[in-house]
Amino acid sequence: MDPILDRLGLTPDEWTAIALSLRVAAVATVASLGPGLAVAWLLARKRFPGRGLLDGLVHLPLILPPVVTGYLLLLAFGRRGTFGAALAEIGIVLSFRWTGAALACAVMGFPLMVRAMRLSLEAVDRRVEQAAATLGASPWSVFLTVTLPLALPGVLAGAVLAFAKAMGEFGATITFVSNIPGETQTLPSAIYTLTQVPGGEGGALRLTLISVALSMAALLASELLARRLARRLGAG
Amino acid sequence: MSLDLDVSLTRGAFRLDVAFRAPAGLTALFGRSGSGKTTVIDCLAGLVRPDRGRIAVAGETLLDTDRRIAVPTHRRRIGVVFQESRLMPHLSVRQNLVYGRRFSRGREEAPGLAFDDVIGLLGIGHLLARRPAGLSGGEGQRVAIGRALLSRPRLLLMDEPLAALDAARKAEILPLIERLRDGAGIPIVYVSHAVSEVARLADTLVVLEAGRVAAAGPAEALLRRGELGPDHAAQSGSLLDMVVAGHDSASGLTHLSGVAGDLSVPRLDRTVGTPVRLLVPARDVLLATRVPVGLSARNVLAGTVRDLTPLGEGAVRVTLDCGGAALAARLTQASVRDLALAPGRPVFAVVKSAAFDPQGIGTGRGLGAVEI
Repeated sequence: MDPILDRLGLTPDEWTAIALSLRVAAVATVASLGPGLAVAWLLARKRFPGRGLLDGLVHLPLILPPVVTGYLLLLAFGRRGTFGAALAEIGIVLSFRWTGAALACAVMGFPLMVRAMRLSLEAVDRRVEQAAATLGASPWSVFLTVTLPLALPGVLAGAVLAFAKAMGEFGATITFVSNIPGETQTLPSAIYTLTQVPGGEGGALRLTLISVALSMAALLASELLARRLARRLGAG
Repeated sequence: MSLDLDVSLTRGAFRLDVAFRAPAGLTALFGRSGSGKTTVIDCLAGLVRPDRGRIAVAGETLLDTDRRIAVPTHRRRIGVVFQESRLMPHLSVRQNLVYGRRFSRGREEAPGLAFDDVIGLLGIGHLLARRPAGLSGGEGQRVAIGRALLSRPRLLLMDEPLAALDAARKAEILPLIERLRDGAGIPIVYVSHAVSEVARLADTLVVLEAGRVAAAGPAEALLRRGELGPDHAAQSGSLLDMVVAGHDSASGLTHLSGVAGDLSVPRLDRTVGTPVRLLVPARDVLLATRVPVGLSARNVLAGTVRDLTPLGEGAVRVTLDCGGAALAARLTQASVRDLALAPGRPVFAVVKSAAFDPQGIGTGRGLGAVEI
């Protein structure tokens, strides 16, 4: 173990929880980026039947009790769930695995990510996109060279929000994949466990401080990035 | 190279029903706001889909609703300069300028429109490293023109590119557009509601009124006959092709000469020998049946009355043949009667030097055969 980190006095189990949380949150965020951007773009730019339904579905995890979301995930992606059984056949098991924790975190963070991305996509000047098209850019090129770069601050903000949410997700995760040390015991689950055992207060406090520090770092990083981008656009 | 357009569309209470054919050169779409000028531009660029219609550029069909042809914007090869520069804020000026390049590979380059040519023509070499947010309105518009040119378009649309600029910036960009018109060989459709711009730039004029074509034809004839719609009929005038003959610094005048005769205008910043194109407002032309003497006006042109057209409200347009050039004068019926003006009668036209709007004096380009 790194001697500097060792000085924090963390036990190996606590380290495992932190590393797992970071991995789960990173995977959840990265995996949501594509679908999040696609859904945000659909909601920001397209009028189609079922748009309201899609909007509602995306926002559902925001208003449902996390336990309910977790239970629904269990029903759908559990070993005998609707999709879980099929996925298990091709070797993908989500229930009681860290990948399942990532799925739960991704679902819970999805509405936050989509909201931020959608707002920034709506703010992109359509007239500049039109100008790009008159210069010969296909719709796909316009998206990659104009829309996405201009919406980037919002896209990053959405990613950071989803990451922070994933770092803190508890209810859906513990319902869907339980609280298995080393496999699905993320930072919040570990804190919860420590508060439930005698003499766990010290560990709970250490992990709480780590949790606060990680969230603050993510927020600051996104703020810095957004400011740098704004300067690049000449708006700052 | 020609442009054929015949489109109609309905948006709420607005109905557009426009058809015209534009030959090579600069075609001005003229009309008040709301007459449908910008909608025509959007149809041409493929940004608006008409309910019905046909658009062909140089024989290639870009839109034909009957045959279900609608070439998307990015494959039309039509450059557009909008009212606002619409530069990409996240790219530098240089990146904006070359943006269209990557999509036009393999197309042959129009002579004189390589990167360095365009930079030089527009005078934007010192801006290349800047961001659009740091540009003035005039600089931004010059970059936007360069960006459109460098995408190697076969047709250039300019939608009131000077509307957002002050007089000084306009004076800076108008000569550039003239050079494009005369040098680049790319046909231009230019939207404007300013008579001075149209007089200066247009070869062909299409006047729009409430979504319909009120008049279309050679700019010279339409301007002279005042076919500019109700708002601008009084601003009609004759276009004369002349050459700068000399400058008189003592009087602050520039002397011009042409087939119609010699004229003096407020000092023009052009070298001797430069061809110029001049709008002579019909309401500023007086007629005399004998050589005027003891007159403050400096410009006297000799000519013959060709025809008289009543304009209503007691006004008459008298068209003269001045050595082969057509010159229109707007007189009252009473004056026409007193002077006994009739076709064939020799007369002298008098124009005040101050009547000329220096903004409306453009670089000359043969008006072609003028039918009087």
